[in-house]
Order: sequence, then structure tokens, then C-alpha cells
Amino acid sequence: MSQTVIEPVSEPVNDGSGLAKEPLLQIRDLEVGFQTQRGLVPAVRGVSLTLYAGQTLAIVGESGSGKTTTAQAIIKLLAGTGTITAGQILFEGRDLAGLSEKQMQDVRGRLIGYVPQDPMSNLNPVWNIGFQVEEAIRANNVAQGKAARQRTIQVLQEAGLSDAQDRLKQFPHQFSGGMRQRVLIGIGLSARPKLLIADEPTSALDVTVQRQILDHLGTLTRDYGTSVLFITHDLGLAAERAEQLVVMYKGKVVESGPSQEILANPQHPYTQRLVAAAPSLASRRIQSAKNDDASGADIYSGGSLDTTLVARAAEREPAAEARDLIKVQNISKMYRIRTKGLKYNELLAVNDVSFAIKKGTTTALVGESGSGKSTVAKLILQLESITSGQIEFDGQDVAGLKGTALLKFRRRVQPVFQDPYGSLDPQYNVGNTIAEPLLAHKIGSSAERQARVRELLDQVSLPWATRYRYPSELSGGQRQRIAVARALALKPDVLVLDEAVSALDVLVQGQILNLLTELQTELDLTYLFITHDLAVVRLVADNVCVMQKGKIVESASTDEVFDSPREAYTRELLAAIPGANFEFGR
Amino acid sequence: MVLYIFKRFINYFFLSMIATCLAYVVSSLALDPAAKYYGRNPQPTQQTIDNILNGLGVNPDVPVLQRLWEWLVNIVAHGSLGNGVNGVSIVDQIISRAGVSLRLLLIGSLIGAIVGVTLGVWGAVRQYKLSDQVVTYGSYLIFATPTFVIGVLLMIGATVLNGAAGMQLITFTGEYSAGLTGSWWDLALDRGIHLLLPTIALALIGAAGYSRYQRSVMLDVLSADFIRTARAKGRSRNSALVRHGVRVALIPMSTFFAYSFGTLVSGSIMLEIVFSFHGMGEFALNAISQSDINAVAGTTLFVAILILFSSTLSEVLYAALDPRVRN
Repeated sequence: MSQTVIEPVSEPVNDGSGLAKEPLLQIRDLEVGFQTQRGLVPAVRGVSLTLYAGQTLAIVGESGSGKTTTAQAIIKLLAGTGTITAGQILFEGRDLAGLSEKQMQDVRGRLIGYVPQDPMSNLNPVWNIGFQVEEAIRANNVAQGKAARQRTIQVLQEAGLSDAQDRLKQFPHQFSGGMRQRVLIGIGLSARPKLLIADEPTSALDVTVQRQILDHLGTLTRDYGTSVLFITHDLGLAAERAEQLVVMYKGKVVESGPSQEILANPQHPYTQRLVAAAPSLASRRIQSAKNDDASGADIYSGGSLDTTLVARAAEREPAAEARDLIKVQNISKMYRIRTKGLKYNELLAVNDVSFAIKKGTTTALVGESGSGKSTVAKLILQLESITSGQIEFDGQDVAGLKGTALLKFRRRVQPVFQDPYGSLDPQYNVGNTIAEPLLAHKIGSSAERQARVRELLDQVSLPWATRYRYPSELSGGQRQRIAVARALALKPDVLVLDEAVSALDVLVQGQILNLLTELQTELDLTYLFITHDLAVVRLVADNVCVMQKGKIVESASTDEVFDSPREAYTRELLAAIPGANFEFGR
Repeated sequence: MVLYIFKRFINYFFLSMIATCLAYVVSSLALDPAAKYYGRNPQPTQQTIDNILNGLGVNPDVPVLQRLWEWLVNIVAHGSLGNGVNGVSIVDQIISRAGVSLRLLLIGSLIGAIVGVTLGVWGAVRQYKLSDQVVTYGSYLIFATPTFVIGVLLMIGATVLNGAAGMQLITFTGEYSAGLTGSWWDLALDRGIHLLLPTIALALIGAAGYSRYQRSVMLDVLSADFIRTARAKGRSRNSALVRHGVRVALIPMSTFFAYSFGTLVSGSIMLEIVFSFHGMGEFALNAISQSDINAVAGTTLFVAILILFSSTLSEVLYAALDPRVRN
């Protein structure tokens, strides 16, 4: 694929005083490679970008585009065998690429702060929070001794932990994800660096928490005059938080410039696809192309949710009066959590939830983590027993199902899980993975199972040759296709999709959502779609149930929920979607 | 936390009891204490043999569970493990020998653990470098060598060294030089020198195992995100590894210490024989060869108690290292 590399030129921004600022960070033709047994594999190929003091610049791209590698190259903490093979990283005119490890130690933390991606794995579980913040303060010689402890409290308070004093001795596992991310932001800013690299600082968090944290980060960096290099896969988020955008694709910068301009008028074909695929409130439910359009074949050739498709997505016909396939009535689930000794605390994870799903439609269950949406999925799948209430499937109460009746139920209701990396057995090749449910239910002869695998691979648009490959040789999107194929193997009526596209890049997400819509029309499937991402809901769901703290707070058709949300909580969720208010140049 | 440790202790306590009872039953079924009396010339009368066996509580005509019950009652009521075939109280014999073994075991396993952990961390940090390769191949070599061969090789080495020095630098037969008189210090030094080779042997075996495990755990930790974050704070690589890596890598090791202690106990039996130490290892071997049921059961109880304490200690270590299991 020939790349049009557009030389990134970001204009010096005038601040109030009218003086043009000096570039703080200037990366020139950076090349980074990873040493493997087959030689050097390039990951970053000739990246150039410029960041001025006080500015925020976002690097956007899908996983594997080299955006994180670029960020790690700046502070020279590349993973594994990564090395900078060419180019310059000029920070205040000094080339970081040429500095020794000893000199880099003075740069890290003190001049360039770093906020990592995953708040769960980036704090050491065995040291208390106070220690981990204080060590950053000591290492950069900001303060020593008692003063360091004082500064620790101050840093944490500034990061938004008002009760920092009492929490210093606590450990990461006693903090929520959002609080941990605040700690990491505090650590990154503890020495008042001139540049803060924030690598997907909120992608592990709920949208509402994400919003609070990014607002706070924005305020802090503005107050300190810190420049921010923001790394994200989310175009909407990038546009909302950064003045300048750099779009990366396969290790190269394909487009760069002011955020608004890029969104309104994307030049590079990849950026155009990215802008088109970015799910936002403006999009409509995806229509099955085969439904109304003979040119449906081009979806596979494009392989993505492209502009034409979104444009074609007209108002969906109101689903013909179909019968309720799944009827959930007043179900509750109580967990007993052991506390000290023999005592228990009771946690009502699902509280009096009722809804019904008509055959052939999609109902989305939306909510933040901890809202009980995944528990509802487990209850419907009969993976856990309900405490009270009733679940009816096809007119039959599923609570008492045992033995062959339960097996029969399982054949008709199949799950697809979130993590395409964790839910496939790495030791099973694709063919065996897809055939496994058939084998478990003792269906067909070996030859018949082979034929079914072939049919399924065809349905999820993967070549027949894929059957001998192993999960580690497949991309995230391909793996999720396999997971869908496996779920379809038993010809179920219902698929329970628990965050099935959340771990995927936006373009791949679009492909999978497309595939699901095609399959729904083709096989008359019913979906229960569980997600925290409202923008995705807009694309696939007919009805939406919004969950908060175990309860359904709002339940209506997708259009109603998006156009006129009744509950304050729903409005809050909608407002928190990054880039919700942007005009995407579609 | 104290409650947690206490619970684990109770748990291990019952496991030790079950192990000891099983050992009693198995040794009662497998060993035939009467056999050696039948072999005597002149053969003692059946009456005499029965009297001896009944006196020891090991008469095979009495059902084994009844004997087990009496043995347990005897422990609880009199704190006695019965007498050995030589007529001496098992408890007295164990007390006189336990010190010899414990000295060897504790010092040896402690040094082994420290050296093993250090080598493991070092090997992980310098993965595939020459030093890592040397440690790796060295450990496998020690793994593959039987314990007594290691003992004998060390003795040969010491003899060569003594020969080269032209004097008795290292003495290695028995626990101390018989008939040596002198100040308290002289006696202690003499015992220390005698302890040197078996301790080195035991430490080598321990270090070989610990270093392998520690290296692989440490390699996992090295790629952990929080190590990179610590370096991004401005810490040097080495200080980040020591402060953040080693403690996390020690957590699974603390469990491994407890289990490998059992292996070391059996390893030390061979070493005691090779170095002529009159410790628990020799006692266990003699007990089996003389079909001394009470002695075998007593030895098992002794080892079970050792493992009981080392397991509880490993739980304490675990809780000390990992705040997540406290409360």
C-alpha cells in the first residue's frame, strides 16, 4: 500500500501575548524497530511531529500503529528489544536519542512525566500508595525527608484525592480504577514536568469517570503550563482534548494538523475511514445491506463500516410484531461477600430487573462497570442462578432446567465474550475451536462437522484455510469472528454479546458490528448486546435498557433514548461520550 | 491477619497429624519387628518375643488401628512416642539427635535460599548473558547429581585442599573431633568446620532449585508495567528492579520455600550418612533397617512438625510480602 506521508506541520500557536512559542518537542524521522529472530521489525517508520510549549497534541491510531512505541521512544523506555534506529527526538533542542541511560534518568519524571495506560497494572500491588508517589518525588529530588511526605499529600490532593492524608498507607487494591488513575496522574505531574505523555490514560475507565479525570488533567496541565502528548485510539476523545492531531497508521504519520480541520476534512483515506467509523451520536443503526441493497457485496470488499454504509443506514423499519423470545421478570441476584470472620455482607448486584426481547431484534444493556449488566447476562445464560424472579425463554421458565433440557437450552442461547485474546484456547486451532460445541453436543459425524465449520467460516468471512491456524496467529478482529462463529455453530436463536466489540479498534469494531447485523438478518438471530459504549448501541440496537447500580433506570427504543433521554443518568452517560458534540466530516 | 495465620496453622496441623497417622499405619503394615528375633540363635521362645513386641506396642497380632490409638493416647497422656527396639525412649533419642540435623538443615536451607534467590534475580536481569548461562547449566548439573555424589566430590575437594595446604584445614568426618578439649570457642570452631562441607552440599542443592524458580518468576515481573512506570518516575533501572521487582517476585517463592523444605529434609538424610553425622537422617535409616516401627513413626512426626512450622512461616512471609492477602 502506497503511503502519502503528509509532512506534519503544526503552526506555532500564538498565546495571548502574541509571541510565537518555541517548539518543546520535535521528533524528526524517528524510526524504531524490534529485534526478533527474523531480524529487525520496524514499528515506527519515519515519524515526525512538533509540539509547542503549552500545547496539547494527540496521536491517534489503532493498536499496532506505533503510537505507544513512539511515546515510549521519547522517554527511551521501549518494551523488550525495541531500539531507536534512526532519527532525532529534540526536547528543548537536546537530542534525547543520543543521551545515555544516566542522563535519561534526569529527564524522566523531572522534564517529561508519563501517565501509563492501565491503572491496574501500573501501580505495584505490594507497596502502599504513599510510597509509590513519594518515590517519584524523591527520585526527581523535588523534596526529601519530611518535606517529601508533605509534597506527596499535596500531589495526591491536586490529583483529586481530597482525603490523601488518610490514604497514604493504603494499597492499590483498596483503590478504585478511577482513583488509581488519579494517583498515576499525580505521579506523572509530581515533579512539574514540562511535558506530560499520557498514553491512553482513561481507556480502562467508564465514560463518566473518564470525563472527570480528563477534565481534571486538562485543568492541571493548563495551570502548570505543561504540554501534553496524548495518545489514544479514540478519535472523538483526541479531537475533544487536543488542539493538534497526528494520525498514525502502520508506523507512519499519515495526517496531522489542527483537530477540527482533520475531523471536518480528512485528507488521507485511512483518516477518512477512521472518521467515518467513529461511532457517535449522529450515527444511525446499521442496516443489513442485503436487506435493501443489491450491492451488499461491497461491504466485504471494503471490510469496514464505511461512509456509504453509514449514509445508507436509513430509519429502520419498526420490527414487525414478533413474539417475546426472552422475557425477564423482576429478577434479582444477591451475592454474599465474606467480611471478617464468618460474617457476610449482602450485595444486590441485580435489583428487580425486567425486560423482554422480541425475536429477531437487538436489545442493548448499557451501564458503567459495576452496574450489574454482565451479571444479567450470566443469569440469562444460566451460568449463575437467580435469587428471585423469573426468566422465560420461548415461553419456558429456565430456572429449573437440568440435564438434557439445560443442554438443549444452551444450544439455543450462546455467548460471545469481551476478550478475544482470553476466550479462545491458545492450544486449539480455529477448526477445532469452532467444532468444539458440536462435539460437546455430539452433533454430526466428523465429516459433517467439517462441513459445518466450513459454512461458519464462510459466514464470518474468513477463508477456509484459517481452520489450521492458532489464535496467536490471528488479529483481534479475526479472533472475535472466530468467537462469533463458535457461538453460531449450534444454530442458536439468541446470542448474548457481553462487551463483544469493546476490546477492538474502531475499524475492526465496525466490521464486527456489520457482520453481526448481516447475520441477524440472515439467520433471524436475537441479540442481547451488553456494552458500556453508548455510541456502539446507537449502531446496533433496537431497544436500550440503561442500568445503574443493579436497576434498569430507563428502558425504551434506541431513538427515544438518544433523542429524548428521560433520566438524568442517561443524559450524563450521553454527554460523557467523547466527541459527542463534534461534527464529523462524513 | 493473625487470625488468617492461625487458621492456616490449624489447617497444617491437621495435615501433619494425618501424615503421621498414615506413616504409623503404613510402617506397621510393612515392617516386621518380630523377624529379627526369629533369626537369632538360639531362637527366643514365642513367649519372650511376644513380651518384647507387646512391651514396644508393636505386636502384629494386635489390630493396627488399635495400636495406632494406643500410640496416640500415649503421646497425649504421657508425651511419649514409645521405646525403640534398643529399649531407649524414642523422644530421648530424637532430642539428642535433632540438634545435629536442625543445625545442618536450617543453616543449609537458609544459605541455599539466599544464594538461590540472588542467583535467580541476577540471572533474570542478565538473561541469556554468559553469567546467566553459567548459573543455568550449573544448576542443572547439581540437579542431576545424586546428593551423596555431591558429598563425596566435596570431600575429595577438601582432601586435595588439605593436601595442598599441608595441614588439616577442613575436617569432615563426624560432627566434631573426638577427644578434643579446649575452650568453648575451640569446640564451637571445631563443630563449625565439621559442619562446613555438608552445609555447602545442602546449600548447593537448595540454591540450584531456588535459582531456577526465582529466575522464572523474576522474568515475569521484569516485564510488568509497574517496573516501567517506576523508571518513568526517574528511578534507575537497577533501583526499580530491586525496589519493585524483587519483592513481588518473592511472593510465590515464599510458598515454594515451605514445600522444598521437605525435599531438603530427605536430601539431608543422605548427607548425614556420607559425613557420618549422628542426626535424624541416620536415625531414620537405622529405624527402617531394624524394622523399628516406633522410631519410623517418631521420625515422621518430627519431619511433619518441621514442615508444619516451615509452612506456617511461609504463610507469615507471604502475608508480610503481599498486602492483598492480609485481612
